[in-house]
Amino acid sequence: MKPQDLTESLHKHPFLSNMNEELLRTLTSCASNVIFNEGTYLFHEGEDAKTFYLLRSGRVVLEVRGGERGQIRIQTVGAGEVLGWSWLISPYKWHFDAFALEQVHAFAIDASCLVSKCETDCHFGYEMLRRFSEVLERRLEATRLQLLDVYGSAIGERGENY
Amino acid sequence: MTGTSNIEMRIGSSPSMVPSVAIVRRVIWETDDTYTLLIDPPRGDGRTFAFNAGQFNMVYAFGTGESAISISSDPFRMNILAHTIHRVGTVTSALSRLRRGDTIGLRGPFGTSWPIEEAVGKDICIAAGGIGLAPLRPVIYTLLRRREKFGRIMILYGSRSPLDILYRVELEEWSKAPNTEVIITVDRGDSSWKGHIGVVTSLFSYLKMDTPSTLAMVCGPEVMMKYTCEELERRGLSAAQIYLSMERNMKCGIGLCGHCQFGPKFICKDGPVFRLPQIKNLLDKKEI
Repeated sequence: MKPQDLTESLHKHPFLSNMNEELLRTLTSCASNVIFNEGTYLFHEGEDAKTFYLLRSGRVVLEVRGGERGQIRIQTVGAGEVLGWSWLISPYKWHFDAFALEQVHAFAIDASCLVSKCETDCHFGYEMLRRFSEVLERRLEATRLQLLDVYGSAIGERGENY
Repeated sequence: MTGTSNIEMRIGSSPSMVPSVAIVRRVIWETDDTYTLLIDPPRGDGRTFAFNAGQFNMVYAFGTGESAISISSDPFRMNILAHTIHRVGTVTSALSRLRRGDTIGLRGPFGTSWPIEEAVGKDICIAAGGIGLAPLRPVIYTLLRRREKFGRIMILYGSRSPLDILYRVELEEWSKAPNTEVIITVDRGDSSWKGHIGVVTSLFSYLKMDTPSTLAMVCGPEVMMKYTCEELERRGLSAAQIYLSMERNMKCGIGLCGHCQFGPKFICKDGPVFRLPQIKNLLDKKEI
């Protein structure tokens, strides 16, 4: 894919909506197209987080290792969403395993390339951090809701304990 | 004394306080702890039992007690009435043990209903959590019966685990209806589950809604509804485009006893279906 085509494709991804063209071109220089087949791992817990992904199609499930409970699936990420922020925060290691439930098409963004662009262009760096902060906030909120186990204690009818 | 007498007279003379006898046709277990009670509707005086989607009945297990249960059947099928019930206490346990031919007491239907007529010509987003799908099932039946009257139908359903998903077969059937999407997510999944994992609000990422022409109907645990309403508003729906169904401990069903008071409202009489601005500042308030 030509850089111009890649820029246009990236522009359609919801994570990058309304990003100005100059910043988008900066990001494009760190981006590539990738495909993961169904049933393969994108990355494993503990590995260096050198990339993040903007998913275009397919679904990925995040798994944590639960000791004797085996692999626990905690969240799926799909088209239009962002996968991975461990590249942003020390010690830059993945905290989950990421498994492709279906064939996945994604943009892979090279983290070392991106970090160097962020450090030399503060405006670009701020824009990326702002967008990632929104994603982090939403995921944190979702995790809190998940922890509440709202359906587990759900009242079954309109008479509460009856 | 005059006031008291009036209240007593109203209660004594109100047919809505006197249960009718209904006959159990079948109990269908939907999950380990949730079942659907199918009954022949009472037909006293040659009348048919009619209800609107979103209303509830007071269901009486003789000798045990009464509980408010949403009606979960098709409003167009007058010959059968369904209530999907989570077995959590003595009444719901007693109801779960009923068999074909047993009798129950029934009062109702009570309360407000989902805004079906207002939804004509619009896209509809239905967001349900857990057993909150039950009060919305009559809406889905109605929308699909009159499919050409409505725009796109989006059904988002969140459940605790794959084993807790209600109406599996119907969800599959609904997803095949024209211009209808059904997206299911679970809070916890294992390796056999290939669907979405995460809270129901995360499903909005997969929808592109034409927000000005969308009406949302939401039902589930209160905290789930609060977050869902916030997400809908974040995506551009106004509060006036969002309806939700509330739960409280209901007793009389007609706004007299006060058990279901919710701030200045009675859920049984003013609800259970509310437009969001009516109750927005009361949602998930510790004091209420």
